[in-house]
Amino acid sequence: MTNLGISVHQLQKYFHKRKGFLRTRSSVVHALKDVSFEVALGETYGLLGPNGSGKSTLIRVLSTLLVPDGGEVRLLGYRLPGEEHLIRQKIGRVSVDAAFYKKLSARENLLYSALLYGLEARAAERRALEILEQLGLEGERFTDPLEEMSRGMQQKVAITRAILINPPLLLLDEPTTGLDPKSRRDVQTFLEDLRQKEGTTILLTSHDMAETERLCARIGFLAHGRLIAEGTAQELKQQAGAESLDDAFIKLAGEALEDETNGAAQKINSETVEHSADANDTATTDETEVTNEAAA
Amino acid sequence: MEQVLRQAWAFVFRDYHLTRRYMSWVVVFTFYAIVNSATIALIGVAAHDRKLTLTLLVGVLLWGFLSVLFNEIANSITYERWEGTLEYTFMAPVSRLIHLLGVSLFAVAYSIMRIFIVLAGLWLMIDLNLKGANLAGIAVVLAVSSLAFIGLGLIAAILPVISPERGAEATNIFQGILLLVSGVYYPVEVLPRWLQPLALISPATYALTACRKLMGIEGATINADQLNGAPLAAVMPELTLLLIMGVVMIPLGLFIFGRVERWAKRTGKLKRTG
Repeated sequence: MTNLGISVHQLQKYFHKRKGFLRTRSSVVHALKDVSFEVALGETYGLLGPNGSGKSTLIRVLSTLLVPDGGEVRLLGYRLPGEEHLIRQKIGRVSVDAAFYKKLSARENLLYSALLYGLEARAAERRALEILEQLGLEGERFTDPLEEMSRGMQQKVAITRAILINPPLLLLDEPTTGLDPKSRRDVQTFLEDLRQKEGTTILLTSHDMAETERLCARIGFLAHGRLIAEGTAQELKQQAGAESLDDAFIKLAGEALEDETNGAAQKINSETVEHSADANDTATTDETEVTNEAAA
Repeated sequence: MEQVLRQAWAFVFRDYHLTRRYMSWVVVFTFYAIVNSATIALIGVAAHDRKLTLTLLVGVLLWGFLSVLFNEIANSITYERWEGTLEYTFMAPVSRLIHLLGVSLFAVAYSIMRIFIVLAGLWLMIDLNLKGANLAGIAVVLAVSSLAFIGLGLIAAILPVISPERGAEATNIFQGILLLVSGVYYPVEVLPRWLQPLALISPATYALTACRKLMGIEGATINADQLNGAPLAAVMPELTLLLIMGVVMIPLGLFIFGRVERWAKRTGKLKRTG
């Protein structure tokens, strides 16, 4: 494949977890194991997987927020790790939780973000209002504190923050989780338009089969940190001999995706390698963090 | 260059609006600072000792300025972790130098404004006849000592990156030790002998000594009507040491911060906390 937006080859990421009363033993949780995939420029690629499958870890690695422990990553031709400073100017990210200064207004949060990327404030404000309008958020909410907005509104502001810098590569980590059907449709339509008009390369993680099928040209199934299958929705269904993507995932992964109606997380069986901590192995992660990482 | 200025301004913009949104707390903390400063300075008034009053006053005002500056910088990472925005700041194309410079710019402006308000509040309660004090010289000492405290703040800012909760706790202990050993309200000589060496490595010690000389309260007695503030040349040794501390600690703080940031990205420590 030429003209790649994303190229990931045998990516590995693991976390250490200290155990025991004196925390002298440690184990290793493999979050990503030999993950390889490619996304063409202008393509929307979907990653499906249950909680704890490694989706958010993968997005964090691509966002330069985690240093990979092995493998090769190239984003828009830039190497990771090594060329983070070039990559950061070209990626927008939306995480599952809309992380903002909740006391600040949408305007203040967005202008802060625009200034961080070196944009001119007035032009950024105009652009922000345009994007919010396309996403179906009323202009009068622009100066409201984020804490007074619904989750759907906050997520639209988060998407605006990511788009504001006009990134050629967009990393979306469950951007529509928890949104009402109308908001979900607004966001999906916006992303389709964005890809068609701007040619933005999009990596989308989701639990939502219908959304993934609608938006993504190709889809990868991620389970226990491994990419177990990829192809078009049709190819995946054929490969598994299933009627739906959901069934295809269950057949190929041996487990179901998260049931969003009760939010139950799948119990993960991350491969755990027990070994004694030694002087060269001081990197640790506390229990909560590993749990969060696994559940992300 | 324009882009870099905008990036530094982003932090001033953010911190200004956050301060505005938490204005009621700012008013409460400033009120407390005025009352706290007055109660300490009034100990000298009660003793009918002008020199003691001014010694305490310099201590409380200088410490008020430097501790707020230190706190704003040291806790900037903690605030971002609570809000969950740290990942977004760290994935923006901003160098850590510009990031921490922007945070420091607002911290300096905020500390200066706050100290003037506290001073105005004190004026209502205490007879502050500062005639003869070298106030311009004191402003120079404040500016130079700010560099050292910015450096200390940068070094302390790594603690919340390593451990969000423990980091905030350690920052408070660190600040407490500075308060104890720097001679803020008493001469360093009254400290236990084993603690006194710590005063030598605290920038606050030199800033306070210099300010008291410039106020004209360093000698055994002072004139009741007019202070006899020393010229700036008389505090050159303290200024030189403060400058060296700033020049060493700011790059050192940035270097350590960079290393810790890399470690946090390897071990997955940047995520939201709180």
